[in-house]
Amino acid sequence: MKKRLLLISLLVLTFAFVGAVRAQDLSGQLEIFSWWAGDEGPALEALIALYNSQNPGVEVINATVTGGSGVNARAVLKTRMLGGTPPDTFQVHAGEELTGTWVVADRMEDLSDLYASEGWNEAFPADLIDLLTVDGGIYSVPVNIHRSNVLWYNPAKIAEWGVTVPATWDEFLAACPTFQEAGVIPLVVGEAWTVNHLWESVALGVLGADGWNGIWTGETAPAGEEMLGVWNKFNEVLACSNLGADSAGLSWQQAIDKVVAGEAAFNIMGDWAAGYMTTTLGLEPGTGFGFAAAPGTAGTFMWLSDSFGLPVGAPNVDNTIAWLKVLGSVEGQNAFNPLKGSIPARVDAVSAAPELYNAYLQSAAADWGSNRLVGSLVHGVAANERFMGDFNTVMEVFVASRSAEASANAMAAVCITSGACGG
Amino acid sequence: MTMTAYQWRRYTVRTSIYVVLILLTLVFLAPVYLVVVTSLKDPATINLASTWNLPEFPYWQSFGEVLEAFGPRLRNSVALVLGATVLSSVMGSLNGYIFSKWRVPGERYLFPLMLFGMFIPYQAILIPLFDFMRGVNLYGGVIGLIVIHTVYGLPITTLIFRNFYVDIPDEMLEAAAIDGADFFGIYRHIVFPLSIPGFVVVIIWQFTQIWNEFLFGVTMTNTDSQPITVGLAQLAGGEAVKWNLPMAGAIVAALPPLLVYIILGRYFIRGLLAGSVKG
Amino acid sequence: MRSNRDRLIAFVMLLPSLILVGIFVYGFITQAIQTSMTDWGQNPEQPPLAANVVKSFVGLQNYQNIMTDTLEFTFRNSLINTFFFTVFFVLGCVVAGLLLALLLDQNVKGEAFFRTVFLFPMALSFVVTGTIWRWMLQPNGGINILPQALLGLPPIQFTWINNRDVWLPFEWGNVPMYVTMLGIAILAFMAINYALSRRWRATQYAVIAAVVVLLIFLARLWDFIWLPLDTPEAETPIAPKGFNAALIGIIIAAVWQMSGYTMAMFIAGIRGVPEELREAARVDGCSEIDVYRRIVLPQLNPIILSAMIVLGHISLKIFDLVFAMAGPDNAKTVVPGLLVYTEGFRENAFAKASAIAVIMLFFVAVIIVPYLWSQLRQSSQER
Repeated sequence: MKKRLLLISLLVLTFAFVGAVRAQDLSGQLEIFSWWAGDEGPALEALIALYNSQNPGVEVINATVTGGSGVNARAVLKTRMLGGTPPDTFQVHAGEELTGTWVVADRMEDLSDLYASEGWNEAFPADLIDLLTVDGGIYSVPVNIHRSNVLWYNPAKIAEWGVTVPATWDEFLAACPTFQEAGVIPLVVGEAWTVNHLWESVALGVLGADGWNGIWTGETAPAGEEMLGVWNKFNEVLACSNLGADSAGLSWQQAIDKVVAGEAAFNIMGDWAAGYMTTTLGLEPGTGFGFAAAPGTAGTFMWLSDSFGLPVGAPNVDNTIAWLKVLGSVEGQNAFNPLKGSIPARVDAVSAAPELYNAYLQSAAADWGSNRLVGSLVHGVAANERFMGDFNTVMEVFVASRSAEASANAMAAVCITSGACGG
Repeated sequence: MTMTAYQWRRYTVRTSIYVVLILLTLVFLAPVYLVVVTSLKDPATINLASTWNLPEFPYWQSFGEVLEAFGPRLRNSVALVLGATVLSSVMGSLNGYIFSKWRVPGERYLFPLMLFGMFIPYQAILIPLFDFMRGVNLYGGVIGLIVIHTVYGLPITTLIFRNFYVDIPDEMLEAAAIDGADFFGIYRHIVFPLSIPGFVVVIIWQFTQIWNEFLFGVTMTNTDSQPITVGLAQLAGGEAVKWNLPMAGAIVAALPPLLVYIILGRYFIRGLLAGSVKG
Repeated sequence: MRSNRDRLIAFVMLLPSLILVGIFVYGFITQAIQTSMTDWGQNPEQPPLAANVVKSFVGLQNYQNIMTDTLEFTFRNSLINTFFFTVFFVLGCVVAGLLLALLLDQNVKGEAFFRTVFLFPMALSFVVTGTIWRWMLQPNGGINILPQALLGLPPIQFTWINNRDVWLPFEWGNVPMYVTMLGIAILAFMAINYALSRRWRATQYAVIAAVVVLLIFLARLWDFIWLPLDTPEAETPIAPKGFNAALIGIIIAAVWQMSGYTMAMFIAGIRGVPEELREAARVDGCSEIDVYRRIVLPQLNPIILSAMIVLGHISLKIFDLVFAMAGPDNAKTVVPGLLVYTEGFRENAFAKASAIAVIMLFFVAVIIVPYLWSQLRQSSQER
């Protein structure tokens, strides 16, 4: 009888203790707004699971709005922000899409204290943090890194055709007739945005990292000699592509399919293509598909990154801070990225668990740690949303006129209306 | 027995009518074939060149995944469609009754002004609409979405019912009025019983429009009150799309309105006929 | 006569709808018009998404910009696309619907089955239709390889949505002339119609209106509006104006979806023609074809008109279908509804997006208001 009483009181004590700990724990809700569903869904869910294991009292609302590669999500997010009902945290491309849209509008909270307390200033590359920083404040936590300037090919076919993977655009242009005679598309492009995507790799190849960055600081004149060179080179490259034939109807996956099937020799696409080829098509990096830096861009890593921030007026600030801590941790980055098919933004994450990453991702992570880093235009890093949208018009001018002068002049005009090119 | 020239001509005409009808049926069903076939393929085997081929074996998993992905959205859509369709058709019926049978001050202007509401591009009014819905505390839920769809459904439902009621002879109403029927009495005893076919037309129209609507569904809802079209977009979203899922999703999402068509389709034409659809 | 009390009740019952439509349509349109006259999203000093963004009044500047700025050719092409899309979509639905209705009117066996088949695409959403047809119209798949898959014939080479051809090319500067000619043609048609029905006063008005329109053109009064809106000549090679062949695929998909609707309306209309009328015509020696031409089709005119209204409003607002089939950035298939979305929510140019929306509404009003007016006059005369 006594024993039993003791046991009960012990139990009560234990519960009281647990209760006391729980009381300090977080509770309430956390609304995470993103456009990650479909293939990206499981990666996000893994992060949420990790968060919930640390904060079991918080009810996570996974608000995904997909379709139109994030266009719908942006419409919903902007309507909500304008209406004063922000989510607790939302997905945003690191760089101008964050700073040029939200930070300048005073819609984001400064996270530099969090960066200091979590030691993130050392964990993330300085080039990356620079693009999250406005006037000394840091405004979001990057969760992953994708690379834009990657050339994809089918190693077996390349061997069969007896060509080498081009290291420069001139090498590619020299090899172009060989493919055309064999009835192979030398370089496959897909719907409109993938042409823009190709453009940024060509521009980086022609201008180099400094010249590319110069576009956004005003040092590279948008209608100057160098840019004319970019457009001329782009023109030559497109002459070796399927643009105007069946391009506009192809999704980027279908463009990759053509490379895998040997109907096309090369494709330039972000490294989500590696995820598609390994997961969906079941190919091995290195043997099933080959990869290299886009011609003329070896040693430069053109990046884009998804990040999350804390909007001003978020209803559950503490829960959001805890979420951001999970995102920025080695554990969080390693839970997310292997599933998403991207590399961690932290330079120390892959070495903590290399077995999680396949051959492609390991090579990308090595480049991320050693290469020169520049921001992507098409994926929201280098220029504000106005420029990104208007750049489609510039591209239409180019495709219709095939004139370097007309395109460069159009770009100069867009630079002025958007204010994206320095000054 | 030989056919006369007349019989022969008649025979060829009839045969060619059926040939044309069957060809058209094939044309109309070809996209359906494609959807069904793609939805049953293993995602790894889907590619352009074999678009028209049958799957080697039916891959039913897609449908399970789709139902799981839709979750409560199916229920939300049902609640939304029922609420908004009933509300907008009842209100539209009353409006049509008033516009066709009652002299309301300024009706010559009010009716076209109301109809004009059909034509507004909804993207343009999203921001004020959002502010308004939040101001009246209706943002985010199914109820708010019902209100929005009801209001934007009013122009077309009013139009259809008005055209429907114009053909009811005024004398019938006058007779009822002399018998002592008031505004509601006339509606209940004369107009409403005659407007069942009109309701069928309106219900079919509103049901499909609201069920298939996406823009309001995505901007005016919370995660737990989204309709099915948002779920469908979810399947096609993301960077690596497996085509089997959106196609299976399209089939599931299209089933309820399809059922409405199959069940009510007969009455649809009868309803259009009864309204004689004058502009 | 019905009592005043009931009339009051009628008005009170109408009031909720009027108030709701007043707010949701006219209140919000007013806000869109206001926004379109500000610099919201145009001023680099004012971040468009700031909580306290200052929107300054700039009058009609946004309108002038989208009409004249060299780089806004997408907007002008979107207007032209809407015009051609509307014409061919409405025409396609009317012709296809008529054909289907006439076929089903021949006492065919299994009519219910055929009717359901032709009607069912209406049950799909434009997003679903768009996704399906995007597959169907792949240059190296779908329809193009169908002859190959079925009969072993060579594949079709048409590139559908990727097509960059421009058919029926014209100069943007000639638009006032086309509008004038169209106006005169419509008025002349009306005048003839009125004259045939012996409504002499109406005939007079129509003729006078036609002459006035002609005089406006001859006196070059257009120049006051058009010259400030004219665009640089450099635009023509960059963005040629005409019917973009890329639209054909989208029109086919839209007709596939909506021709069942016109079919249903036409069947209803045909069934509404009393059998005695047809019989009488046959007795008078009319052939079956004559019966349709003389008796049935004239009865369908009002139905064609309502079909045009319903289809026209779908076509002017079209957005999801184009988005799903061609994506937001296909310059050859751009429509205003899409631009409102991308300019507003992707580029944060809210004022510009509102201006585009207001222009859309303006064109709708130009087409719809006279139609509604004549319909309502007609029905109030009937009473």
